[in-house]
Amino acid sequence: MSRYLLRFSVLGYLALVLLVPVGFVFYRAFDQGAAHAWHAVTTPEALHALWLTLLIAAIAVPVNTIVGVILALALVRGRFAGRGLLNAVVDLPLAISPVIVGLGLVLLYGRGGWLGGLADDGVKILFALPGMVLATMFVSMPFVVREVVPVLREIGTEQEQAAETLGAAPFQVFRRITFPAIRGAVAYGVVLTTARAIGEFGAVSAVSGNVEGQTQTLPLYVKAQFDGFDTSGAYAASVVLALIAIAVVVSLRILQPKEH
Amino acid sequence: MGISVVEVGKRFNGFTALDQVSLAIPEGSLTALLGPSGSGKSTLLRVIAGLEQPDTGQVLLNDEDVTAMPARERGVGMVFQHYAAFKHMTVYDNVAFGLSIRRRPKAEIRKRVHELLGLVQLEGLAQRYPTQLSGGQRQRMALARALAVEPTVLLLDEPFGALDARVRTELRAWLRRLHDEVHVTTIIVTHDQEEAMEVAGQIAVLNDGRIEQVGSPRELYEQPANEFVMSFVGPVNRLGDTFVRPHDVEVLPEPDGETQEAMVERVVHLGFEVRVELVRDDGQHLLAQLTQEQAELLELERGQIVYVRPSRETVFSGGARRPDRPRSG
Repeated sequence: MSRYLLRFSVLGYLALVLLVPVGFVFYRAFDQGAAHAWHAVTTPEALHALWLTLLIAAIAVPVNTIVGVILALALVRGRFAGRGLLNAVVDLPLAISPVIVGLGLVLLYGRGGWLGGLADDGVKILFALPGMVLATMFVSMPFVVREVVPVLREIGTEQEQAAETLGAAPFQVFRRITFPAIRGAVAYGVVLTTARAIGEFGAVSAVSGNVEGQTQTLPLYVKAQFDGFDTSGAYAASVVLALIAIAVVVSLRILQPKEH
Repeated sequence: MGISVVEVGKRFNGFTALDQVSLAIPEGSLTALLGPSGSGKSTLLRVIAGLEQPDTGQVLLNDEDVTAMPARERGVGMVFQHYAAFKHMTVYDNVAFGLSIRRRPKAEIRKRVHELLGLVQLEGLAQRYPTQLSGGQRQRMALARALAVEPTVLLLDEPFGALDARVRTELRAWLRRLHDEVHVTTIIVTHDQEEAMEVAGQIAVLNDGRIEQVGSPRELYEQPANEFVMSFVGPVNRLGDTFVRPHDVEVLPEPDGETQEAMVERVVHLGFEVRVELVRDDGQHLLAQLTQEQAELLELERGQIVYVRPSRETVFSGGARRPDRPRSG
């Protein structure tokens, strides 16, 4: 009896905080008909926002994956001073509000900032793609590291040392022993990083300038539509965002090799 | 030839793991590094493998100084206590690993892998994954993997430590036979004196980062260099300054000259061997080892009064050992 109670309360909670709100977004997206929804997401502004969102993710996710694996290796296998500090710094993006990250970038690259002079040399960071990529990279940075670190701890170093005594050079050890062991964790980290990258609002909003058709990502577009009272257009664009996220999760589930 | 370790020292954060250790291991021999945990035996093995860099001293493999050479170039085969199986690879790919790193032709690899799987009695399991094998099978796979690259030296780090007692005994005998077949210079690290004595031709006893004694199992047992070796290679009674092995404690029903009175506290029957725990009238506890026949003749039981005397005892003075004093019955 109490087992059922627990089960239903957990399911009820999930429904209340996750499924029902998302379900309403899907439902409301089509309340003026599928044609209207399709039209709302195929305007030039919407398509540009979609393209920009995917472009930013296409840069930020691979960079964060590679950097994340290297950071995880350093945190678990490395012996250097400041490792504890590095470990804490990796979690910063999870702890700090994304808007603060965005404002920090504005202070750094904006007029009067340390790197503010770059804009005068023609290198445009703020209110342009580089700033948005930087903001996205920052907020989505911890996921691969946090997925890979516990797996690296668990597999230990014996397999790597065995490979070393069998003649494998460091990169061969990584490619043939370490990477296959952490592949699942990296894949899951990539899913989370991607989800975060395409969904990021606060940090990107602070650095983008939010110019329709130029520096407006899909989440910013959703907000702009909503503020402009085109609610069903906003919901339709939200559905596109949600579908991308689901597609990422499903494709990685399919690509991931079976565990033995 | 063989392996030479010359005055190797290694410290970890202020802890001395190896203290000026020198050891010569003849080519083709099977040597055990025996010692309690923390004695430095595994560190010494890892220094020889190249997985650990010594602070001082040299390692020579077949007269070549390899101290600065990375592990991958030393041509050693290493087997770890917890198998270190490559979990995402089949048994075949595990054994083939070293050869495929060396880019040997596929046909040659296939031939060699099947040869080795035959040697370690794992034919037919080539396509299994390590998790589908028993502990003993995994360790034999690890051994085949280490032997595949034809190592000049085979290093075994507590190879049977994670296995249950019966499999351990089987694998010891099997390792002994394997060594007679393959003849590769082998070092086995163990904390189990019985294992060392059963498998190895030469044993080096380590304690606190130092080598206490090197010798054949029989030499260590019969002429231990000091108290530590004497008590590590077998059970021992300490009577003041003298040491007596349990099988050198004579148990008699009646007083006879130099005997002392003792009471039986416990009798443990282990088949052919019977262990008797005694307490002498001066309060000294003693362990005696008798045959079943002797025990039956004495009709030993708890609380019984018997008379004991050592038939052979050893005295160490200032670390050095004085000759045994065998006594006549």
